[in-house]
Amino acid sequence: MITIRYGHQAFEPAPGETVLECLERGGVPIHFSCRSGLCQTCLMQATGGQPPAAAQAGLKDSLKLDGHFLACICHPTESLEVALPGEGKGALAATVRGLMRLNEDILQVALECHDPIDYRPGQFINLFRDPELGRSYSIASVPGADDHLHLHVRRLPNGRVSGWIHDELRTGQTVQVRGPAGNCFYVPGQPEQPLLLIGTGSGLAPLYGIVRDALRRGHSGPVRLFHGSRQRDGLYLVEELRELARQHSNFDYVPCISGDDVPHGHAPGRAEAVALQQVPGLKGWRIFLCGHPEMVKTANRKAFLAGASMKEIYADAFHVNQAA
Amino acid sequence: MSKPSLAEWWVNRHGSLYTRLGGEPAVDAAVDIFYRKVLSDERINHFFEGLDMEKQAAKQKAFLTFAFGGPNNYTGADMRTAHARLVEAGLDDSHFDAVMEALGATMQELNVPANLIAEAAAIAESTRNDVLGR
Repeated sequence: MITIRYGHQAFEPAPGETVLECLERGGVPIHFSCRSGLCQTCLMQATGGQPPAAAQAGLKDSLKLDGHFLACICHPTESLEVALPGEGKGALAATVRGLMRLNEDILQVALECHDPIDYRPGQFINLFRDPELGRSYSIASVPGADDHLHLHVRRLPNGRVSGWIHDELRTGQTVQVRGPAGNCFYVPGQPEQPLLLIGTGSGLAPLYGIVRDALRRGHSGPVRLFHGSRQRDGLYLVEELRELARQHSNFDYVPCISGDDVPHGHAPGRAEAVALQQVPGLKGWRIFLCGHPEMVKTANRKAFLAGASMKEIYADAFHVNQAA
Repeated sequence: MSKPSLAEWWVNRHGSLYTRLGGEPAVDAAVDIFYRKVLSDERINHFFEGLDMEKQAAKQKAFLTFAFGGPNNYTGADMRTAHARLVEAGLDDSHFDAVMEALGATMQELNVPANLIAEAAAIAESTRNDVLGR
């Protein structure tokens, strides 16, 4: 007997019923629109059990891997525990194990979760200053390669959480986190596929995780990373990335400076402009874009027009919460 | 749409256009090509300024599925409401024509036979008055 669990409730789908119909019948208001498996409004995640592949048609690879599915076309073949995307994870405690300055504005925070979490480099967690005040930070660490979970936190002007992290957080302190969430991560299975990664500022965090994850898993196709900032001191991990490029012949790293003072060994211009100049045809590429929302939006459009398929573009824009 | 669509007539006579065009994989191939044409067309790309690209792509996919006579639940009212704001902002026949051109060009690029292109075009054309709020 198949059951669909949502929160504390359990429902039995009638014969031929979809998950959407079953939940609606049970009084659960799930958003929907086309009811044909196209618009993705009814996207949900199976946190237990495996949804049928037909119910995942059209979703990005990373969403499929994480058990996401479209409720309006899901005819379950086994019992499922379902949740709205991002809703599945409760809050947990983590201890700060290290605080390391990466540049003037960016601090690496190393966390040890009391209950180790299963994350993929490039996903994000929410870190809470207090139960009502949290912000999302992308994960730069790679399980197995790094001792702890690493975040790169950029200090924002008047940042209520970033300011607290930079000025008050101490090693040994316990913090509350929620997650992981997000679909911006490396999906194994196509080791030859060329990967293009473009980031600005602390957008390097998820990309640093994704690049190392891909290389550790034996990715053999080209992996090209472009990290940009207005000035040289906005960049970080430059030497580490150059060393990584020396160690892996398929990995190429280009630090980009959009301001006037472009030192030797850096490319002049905005990261996405340099990237598209150097890689003009993107058909077949998988693209990761992280950082400034304007860069992400522009690069998304340009990458698509340069031939990248919509499904291959993974964008993670770092929006600044205006209430700071 | 107030009268039976061309797709419904063809299903009775020849089997679904959507299936003959290749079903969902055909739509998937068409979406990126179609959307790229739309975004590169100066006559209409400004209507897509600032919109979430992925959400828009999902809508393009739904539109193409509909145009190919595939499964969908669009009503005339849906098309009307969805475009009402754009009509107020100046959406007119010339813009509708430009989208029709993109649809035709996409299908040509995918080597769809001329008679099937005509069928799909007729289905899309049947939404003109609803889209333009007439």
